[in-house]
Amino acid sequence: MNPEGLKYSREHEWARSDGSGAATVGITHFAQDNLGDVVFVELPDVGEDVVQFEKMGEIESVKAVSDLYSPVSGRVLERNEALTDSPELVNDSPYGDGWMLRVEVSDSSEMDGLMSAADYTAFLDAEA
Amino acid sequence: MTTLFERNESERRLLLMDRSRPGRLGTTLPRLDVPESDLPDGSMLRDDLELPEVSEGEIVRYFSQISQLNFSIDHNFYPLGSCTMKYNPKLNDEIASLPGFSDIHPLQPEGTAQGAIKLLWELQEYLNEITGMAGCSLAPMAGADGELAGMLMARAYHLERGDDGRKNVLIPDSAHGTNPASAAMAGFEVVSLPSDSNGNTDLDALRDSVDDNLAGLMITLPSTLGLFDTNILDVTRIVRDAGGIVYGDGANLNAIVGRVKFGDLGFDVIHSNLHKTFTQPHGGGGPGAGPVIAGPRLVDYLPTPIAERGERDGGGDERFSLKRPPKTIGRMGAFHGNFGALARAWAYIRTLGREGIPQISEDAVINANYVLSQLRGFYDLPYDRSCMHEVVFSASSLRREHGARALDVAKRLIDYGIHPPTMYFPLIVDEALMIEPTETESKETLDFFIEVMKTIAKEAAEDPDLLHDAPHNTPNTRLDEARAARRPDLRWRRGSE
Repeated sequence: MNPEGLKYSREHEWARSDGSGAATVGITHFAQDNLGDVVFVELPDVGEDVVQFEKMGEIESVKAVSDLYSPVSGRVLERNEALTDSPELVNDSPYGDGWMLRVEVSDSSEMDGLMSAADYTAFLDAEA
Repeated sequence: MTTLFERNESERRLLLMDRSRPGRLGTTLPRLDVPESDLPDGSMLRDDLELPEVSEGEIVRYFSQISQLNFSIDHNFYPLGSCTMKYNPKLNDEIASLPGFSDIHPLQPEGTAQGAIKLLWELQEYLNEITGMAGCSLAPMAGADGELAGMLMARAYHLERGDDGRKNVLIPDSAHGTNPASAAMAGFEVVSLPSDSNGNTDLDALRDSVDDNLAGLMITLPSTLGLFDTNILDVTRIVRDAGGIVYGDGANLNAIVGRVKFGDLGFDVIHSNLHKTFTQPHGGGGPGAGPVIAGPRLVDYLPTPIAERGERDGGGDERFSLKRPPKTIGRMGAFHGNFGALARAWAYIRTLGREGIPQISEDAVINANYVLSQLRGFYDLPYDRSCMHEVVFSASSLRREHGARALDVAKRLIDYGIHPPTMYFPLIVDEALMIEPTETESKETLDFFIEVMKTIAKEAAEDPDLLHDAPHNTPNTRLDEARAARRPDLRWRRGSE
């Protein structure tokens, strides 16, 4: 369910390093399932800085508006513009087409502090 | 082929524009009795806006039919947590409609509206007495407006003392959702405080968060968990000792009114949602009333105007006037708040009196605890302790074991003629179902509700799809809420569905 090779935060965001200093970030399957149908995603502009574990945007579902927390620090290189018209991509494909930002990671050691897929699955089991 | 039954149903659902017939009128204009003049330049007139053409009888029937689709407290039980949907006595409306209250203008001379200003003054006095505070401004138009007023007062207080480094406002995670927005709008930084395992403010986290940057704390009492924070005296002392202002969100005043006074607990400023605790129809977005009520430290900063009682005049009558507090933060809106809402609250307080007001909180708390005790075991109780005016259950187990969510339980309640409780709030409770029975419901109504909730829990186990597809007995069944939010279709077009 939670793909290998990704890094996971306690706030239920994931980051995938592309090996050349950038990472793609999004929210996990668990997060989208708990939020329910997503209707709006607000993300920072390209060129803005995001800080690890600090607010990077907002996500609105039929249930509630929630903050999005960045799993890494760095400058925003690209954001998923498709989410503007199709926020349901977050529900349909949280690890694929529902990605949110591509970030130029300022401190790659931050990624080491995140959880592996196995650790995150154990974390979810402990939370339940 | 369409049966006549189906035709009846579909014709009752026709929108006003679809009932329009060219040339049909609801009124006949009188003969022209002024000189004719030319219309303005054609570019100022638009002819693309279609207006409905229907007879008077048709329009009355249209709106009456729509009103029957409404769900209201006058029709059904409405346990919508946090919103306090209690019965609103009709006497309140009668008093607010008296010509001396409803046919006056805010700009007419004070001497010609003495009764209305006296009502404002008396209401201020009642609220000061009920909350144990020093002074009150009735100007804020709603609860969140009162919050903003209170935080602007806190800001003015710190700035006047040259304390311009106090930026942080602490807000427990069990606070009302509007609190962080109000603090941010007043120019503060919001710092969230966790609750402890009992649902009280975590005192260790609070002690760690107070420093020279502390502007104050906003706390909802009782909290949105429906719990009275038993640490409250420590909370207010820690904040005040650190130089902070203690703000009380009094939206849940109905749980403690007549029994506990905010002033006695160390609060500096609070607001009260009069439309909730002191009844008036609400839930459709207003009008509300959110008076801000201050203790000695902040009373001079209240929003203007304040009603005052002056000297007796030559004839021995009391004189009332509107005054500006000495260091006021200014106006929260035009004139003096929503007068009609204030008049209804005055009427409710006068109706109940000193003996009746404590019964508001007594009955509200007993009713909520009755529901809690009867539904324990059927739904999860994340904080299993005596509650105040509302009880927060969780549908976590139902979801895990049967795939039925809080949303599904809420929708199924509609089939039994009961308004859904507040769902998915407070955010710190998973699959939250927040139930506020209010003090105006009978034991028979509560027993029916309890029976229905137990039945729904059983249905969830036996036939979860019954819940997934609910409601079944309403003119519209389960709506596609995601599509409604993503692609709202709000405009009528000729020929459209």
